[in-house]
Parts: sequence; C-alpha cells; structure tokens
Amino acid sequence: MSQPLPDDYLDYPLRRHGMDHDRYDWSMLPKRPPVRWPGRARIALWVVPALEWFPLDMKGQPFKPPGAMQTAYPDLRHYTLRDYGNRVGIHRVMRALERHGVPATVAVNAAVAVRYPTLLEACVQRGWEVIGHGLDMDHLHHGGLDPERERGWIAQSLEILTRATGARPRGWLSPAKSESFATPDLLAGAGIEYVCDWVNDDMPYPMRTTHGPLVAMPHPIDIDDATILVANHHTEDDFRDALIDQFDLLYREASEDDGRVMAVSLHPWVIGQPYRIGALEQALDHIVRHRGVWAATGGAILDAWRACQAQA
Amino acid sequence: MARDPGFYDYLPYDRRPVIRWPGGARVAFWVAPNIEFYELNPPRNPARAPWPRPAPDVQNYSYRDYGNRVGFWRMLETMRRCHMRGSVSLNVAVCEHHPEVIAACAENGWEFYSHGTYNTRYLMGMTEAQERAVIQDSIDTIRRHTGQKLDGWLAPALTYTERTLDLVAEMGLTYVCDLFHDDQPGPVKVSRGRLVSLPYSLEMNDTIVYNVNLVSPRRYADILKRQFDRLYAEGEASGTVMCIPLHPYLIGQPYRLAAFEEALAYITGHDRVWLATGREIAAWFAEHHFDAFAAASIPVGEAP
Repeated sequence: MSQPLPDDYLDYPLRRHGMDHDRYDWSMLPKRPPVRWPGRARIALWVVPALEWFPLDMKGQPFKPPGAMQTAYPDLRHYTLRDYGNRVGIHRVMRALERHGVPATVAVNAAVAVRYPTLLEACVQRGWEVIGHGLDMDHLHHGGLDPERERGWIAQSLEILTRATGARPRGWLSPAKSESFATPDLLAGAGIEYVCDWVNDDMPYPMRTTHGPLVAMPHPIDIDDATILVANHHTEDDFRDALIDQFDLLYREASEDDGRVMAVSLHPWVIGQPYRIGALEQALDHIVRHRGVWAATGGAILDAWRACQAQA
Repeated sequence: MARDPGFYDYLPYDRRPVIRWPGGARVAFWVAPNIEFYELNPPRNPARAPWPRPAPDVQNYSYRDYGNRVGFWRMLETMRRCHMRGSVSLNVAVCEHHPEVIAACAENGWEFYSHGTYNTRYLMGMTEAQERAVIQDSIDTIRRHTGQKLDGWLAPALTYTERTLDLVAEMGLTYVCDLFHDDQPGPVKVSRGRLVSLPYSLEMNDTIVYNVNLVSPRRYADILKRQFDRLYAEGEASGTVMCIPLHPYLIGQPYRLAAFEEALAYITGHDRVWLATGREIAAWFAEHHFDAFAAASIPVGEAP
C-alpha cells in the first residue's frame, strides 16, 4: 500500500473564479470584443516554420523534445534527417509559400543562424519575420533552470538573431514549447512582444509579466506537420484535410467584423519531404482562393490585434 | 489487493433479461462532455504525476485550458444543433473557476455528475475520511451551483481506492461510469445502496481516440457511426446503450468539429434512439430491469 496522503492534499487555496495562477485572465472566446483584421479579412493566415538544430550529443534534459536523437551515440540517422530540413526541406516550403503569396514567420534556433547564415539571409530576403526559438533543441527552458541562466540563454539567442537579420525579434517560441515559471517575465524583460508556447486559444490574448504586457499568440500543436504526420502517423491527405477542415470551420465562425487566426506550425524536415510537400500546397490552394484571407506575419497580426484592443 | 474487483457477477450477453427503453427505442444514447480543470502546479500524489513534463508543463496545461476558453463553446453549439443534451462529467471546482460554463450547460438542460474536484487530484492513497470528503464536496458543490442532486460518478482521472464505489453508493449516488465490462447497464455489487453501472465507453472517448489511438477526425466520425449502427441493430432484440464521452479541448478543435457533427447528426437523426442523460438511463434501468438483471447473474467461480 502507498503512504496515506496528507490532509492538505484536499486544500484548494486557488479554487476561485478564473485561473489558478495570475499569468493571464480567464476569458471565453465567444464573449470577447470583436477583432477586425486589415481589409476586413475573416482569416489571418499565420504560417510558422521552425528552423531547428538537434545536436548530435544532445542530453535531452529534462525531457527529450520531439525530434530528439533516439539511438545510441552517434545517432547519424536522426541528426541528418533533422538537418535535411535546413538544407532541402525549407526550400520546398519557401517555394510553396511564395507560389501562394504567403509570408512566413520563422522560429529560428540561434544555432541555425550561426551555422547557416545564408539560410537566414534567404528568409530575410523573402520578407519573412524571424522570431526567437532558443539556442538549439537541447537547451530546453524548464522549471528547474536557474533564472539567471535562462535570462542569459534568451539574451544570447536574441543577440544572435538580431545580428543575423538586422532586426530585433518581436516574437518567441520556446524549444518544445517548454517554459519555466519565469519565462514570460524574462521574455518581456528582453523586449519580446509575443510568445507562442501556449495552446489555450485560437486568438491572441494578453499575459501579465513582471516586465509589462506580453501577448500569447495561438501557435498550435494540433495543426502541426510533426504532430499529424510523425506522431500520429496520418497520411499526407489526412494532413491536407486537417488544414482544410480547420480553415473551413474558422472561416465559417469568422466574419468581416470578427476575424480569426489560422495558424500552421511546420517543420521543414517533416513537410519538406518530396512526398509530403504537395499536401501543404493543396491546402494552401484551398485556403487562398477564398476571399478575406489575410496572409500575415506574427508581428503584423499582433499590431492589428493590438489596434482593436485599443479601440475596444 | 484483490484479484477480482468483485463489483459484478457474470451475465453473458446472450442469456440476460430483455431491456425495453421508453418509446420502443433501441439505443439509449447519451453524450458525456468532461468539463475539467487541470491545475498548473497541484500538490503531489506519489501514485501519479500530474503532468508528463516538469512543472510548469505549459504545453499540456494550456492544451486542457483550451477546452474551457474555446472548445466548450463550439461543442455546445454543435450539440444544440443536434438537439442533444449533455451529461457533464464535472470536475466540480469548475463551478468556482468557470461558473459561466456551468450556467451555459444548465441553460440547456444538461445534467451534472461528478468527475471529482480537479482532474489533477487523484483518489489513490486517500483515507476513507478523505475520500468521503471529496464525494461530499461534489454533492454539495453541484447542489449549490446547479440545484441538482448528484447521481452519477466517474472517478477523477479514473483514479480509485478499493472503496470508491461502495462510498458513492452509500452517499446516495445512483450510477457509476467507471466499469467498462458491458454495452448495457447492470447492477453493481456494493455494500450499501443500489448502484447502476452505466456504459460510458473508452473506445468512443475522444481522449482515447485522439490522444492514445491517434486517429484522424474523419476516422473518428466513421468509428462513431459504426458503433452506433451495430448497437442500433442489436437494440431491436434488447435495448443497448451508446455513450460518447467528450473533452472540449479535443473535440472543440476547429479541424475536428465538422466530422463530429456529421456523426452526431447521423446518430440523433434515427427514429428509434432515446436521446437521454445518464441519470435518465440509470433511473429507467434501476426501476425496470435492475432486479431481473441481479437475479439472472451467475456468481463467478474462484480462480485457481
């Protein structure tokens, strides 16, 4: 038999109206003031490829992020397959997005910017927005991380991206969406305006930090090539259908006076395979032939959303 | 520890009394949305970690939170369009955290039953007094916030002690959703009280379907229709039960809703289906069939 539980296991000090923390307020999507996108678009289409580097000697602490090395060292098969995304796959993604007039917001491990500066140049040339994505996939932000160390990782990541692109990143996606309790505070303190780790909404919403406001952007784990194609083992057609069904419902729910965000999370090592890229292209064909689709970067969506909040 | 939970005798599907549902329905159909609250940083139960990642597990916490902020409201509209009431499997602390969600359910005539206090507070390791306190909290909180008498129970996060079902029966609840041994209701052998086991189904549960079996939304719709078709056919001879347990954070994702609505409309569009709540099915069974089922049950032999 296990030890009996202490009686304070039945204490609920945070049982109250709203959330069990102060990071953000309880808010119901259908009860909010409407958000009007530029051109009265119904859908802000936000495509977010991640450029990742998984070190060959990764420790995977405190957990293995999705995409981590799997075999005994040296795991050449997983190392090189992830790197395929940065060499080949991303170029198929670039062509697919360009053909549909869709800009990307690319989340970049700082290691990628240092290792492959020409890749960052190619992103910047296309007018893509570059957002922070930590140092690499083996530097996970988590509750056991010393805050000063975490602050240093964030500062270093942002400095590297600023140097590589000539612009200070406005957004941040933590590697594996993993945060410490302090991450949003540290991000806001480093000048970050929006964070992409939280998956509790389909729209931007305000967060509270020790360094002023931060906006949570609705970056998904469901509408994600690695989730659907790798983790769930679905087919390329299933992925296309998921994107189309996601879009169709959001499009119906939205109006010219109250738009929605449709966010798509991509990993070039997944979607950039020759047999898969067509699924993304077919879904984009479907999406961009609708009236009222505004393909935008995260920063542009943030600005439009903020303008509506100021009016409301 | 026991080798057999001891909650039911053997009653084979081909040798049991006939169930007749009201209005000559073949299937008693119910939908059980799990309205839940998962805490960001709950106290530790040594038997189970609340989250797969170290605290704060931002990804998994916020995924669940999506259900209350966003998914619930879409699921509600989908069910309204199909004229389907929910029987809410409720972490009762949602009454305090999100009374707006509770009010929306109540306005639509939904039933509330208990799924514990939080989905991050587990029953394993509780003393009898602690477990009684949890059940009493559910009875009192549901009564206070909804005016309903608590009738049903699904243990929080499917966690138990050996006495859980005895205690809920003794404290006046009438049905449990924790046993998955049948497609028809049946008597539960408890020390005091009269307790019905109501088929709930993990096979149809969107958590199992999406998070464990990793199926696609269109495939889930196909699964639901196949399940219904067979239970509808078999229900001509003796009434069956079909439950769809839902979680708004899963079914309320935009890309999953249209396929689900198609399946729900298909099921509710049949003539001989009783669109019921858990309490209604359990009460009908208790009144009309419980004693016959108990009498027909065959005690199980002692395993070597």
